[in-house]
Amino acid sequence: MGKLEGRVALVTGGLRGIGLAIATRFVAEGAQVLIADLDAAGSEAVGETVAALGERAAYISANVTDEASWQGIADHMRDTYGAAHILVNNAGIDLTGPVETLSLEAWRRIMAVNVDGVFLGTRALVPLMAQSGAGVAGGASIINISSIMGLVGYSEVSAYNASKGAVRLFTKGIAIEFATKRMPIRANSLHPGFVKTPLLNAGFQRWVDKGFAQKPEDLVAAMEAATPIRRLAEPSELAGPALFLASADASYVTGAELVVDGGWTAQ
Amino acid sequence: MASRLEGKVALVTGGTSGIGAGTVRRLAAEGAKVVFTGSKAEIGEALAAQVGGLFVSHRVEDAEAWPALIDKVMEAYGRLDIAFANAGTEQGDASIEDVSIEAWSRLVGINQTGVMLTVQHAIRAMARNEGATGSIIINSSMNAARPLGNYVTYSTTKAAVVALAKSAAVYCGQKKYRIRVNAILPGVVETDLIRNIMESMPDPAAVRAIYEGMAPLNRMARVEEVAGLVAYLASDEAAFVSGAEITIDGATTAGMMGV
Repeated sequence: MGKLEGRVALVTGGLRGIGLAIATRFVAEGAQVLIADLDAAGSEAVGETVAALGERAAYISANVTDEASWQGIADHMRDTYGAAHILVNNAGIDLTGPVETLSLEAWRRIMAVNVDGVFLGTRALVPLMAQSGAGVAGGASIINISSIMGLVGYSEVSAYNASKGAVRLFTKGIAIEFATKRMPIRANSLHPGFVKTPLLNAGFQRWVDKGFAQKPEDLVAAMEAATPIRRLAEPSELAGPALFLASADASYVTGAELVVDGGWTAQ
Repeated sequence: MASRLEGKVALVTGGTSGIGAGTVRRLAAEGAKVVFTGSKAEIGEALAAQVGGLFVSHRVEDAEAWPALIDKVMEAYGRLDIAFANAGTEQGDASIEDVSIEAWSRLVGINQTGVMLTVQHAIRAMARNEGATGSIIINSSMNAARPLGNYVTYSTTKAAVVALAKSAAVYCGQKKYRIRVNAILPGVVETDLIRNIMESMPDPAAVRAIYEGMAPLNRMARVEEVAGLVAYLASDEAAFVSGAEITIDGATTAGMMGV
């Protein structure tokens, strides 16, 4: 029997990378998973993903920065499943460059997706999760995807640092709030290191374009060398940690940070 | 129970009571062969019989006896995949102003040197596995991050072993060992030790309320909940988790509760 049998999960940014790996694992563990992402409902990626995951997966087109999108998700979950046990706020974008060159528009954009999105998702689903959480061992679980960049600073990553640091402390705030109010919802942040995702590849390509390296492979090699485990993570390696936080095994884990970085921030 | 640990061999120090005993049960339930240590032989043998494991009478700070302990693991099961450096105590501890050098040295010996010896011998054994694989989990405490005024040695040693976990994790990476090392930081766990403390007080219910009230979740952790975290870190689910410190404290150290 799967660890998430009978539970309903929402994964934002679930069509690719870490989100897709988490959605895939949650389905395998018996959960009903609703994936939210920017693609239109009829896109090729949506069709392939839902077909691959089977009948326990569904898709909803949504923009995490948009209040109406979240109202739609909350209504859909209430009407279709009557429950929400797990919220994975995974959707995110990056922004790099010298701080003096960042536009206010780009800054506001990354804050909108990475911070507003987490706030809006939490606000929209907490009422339903408070009801649903009472019915499952360990309660409902909010998993906010922060980053190692939410723990330590990094040159030319200041905007992303700020957004992921906000996610880290937002999570602790709501964890204490729910616990002190006896609401059956736990909240924790997950901090991936360097993971082989489309986002990382795009970032590496930008650095190559800026002349920091000859080719993306050189940057991968440098990242591997800087990671004590000497390799990048597979997206699937973030799914096990997310599963732990979602499951009854983590019933006393709230307000915590789960770092999955192959030792990068241990140095 | 899912068999995530089938075929793996585990060593748990201080396995006859509390978090250690709970973890012995949980690792065995997930399919691991478990060797565990302690000083209470009768309790140890009974638990070993229950879970089909092996109890070895051993004090974690006894450096000379460590090779023989590892030999016993190898004789019994031929390899070591998981080590839970759990043995620890706060007995005899006091404030910085009052602590005796004897109490300080004894606690440093158990909580800090004992953990170092566990990790050292575990790494040496795990390096012999094909691919040099393994998972080591150190039982620190939330008091590593929020030290207690009247337990200076306990707080200091629990902080030290977090640094030890990170140093060992980085070292294993440098050596290209696939051995992961992590620390867990539990809050107040409802062990027999804590129950005895509560019952020894004039008003046990009031003491219980104080312990429970420390956590925003308004309860202590159950031993099984900490064992669940150890089992997760021991498993291949956590293959990219190394050098991490994982809090399991019902949000006790996440911040302040406010009004």
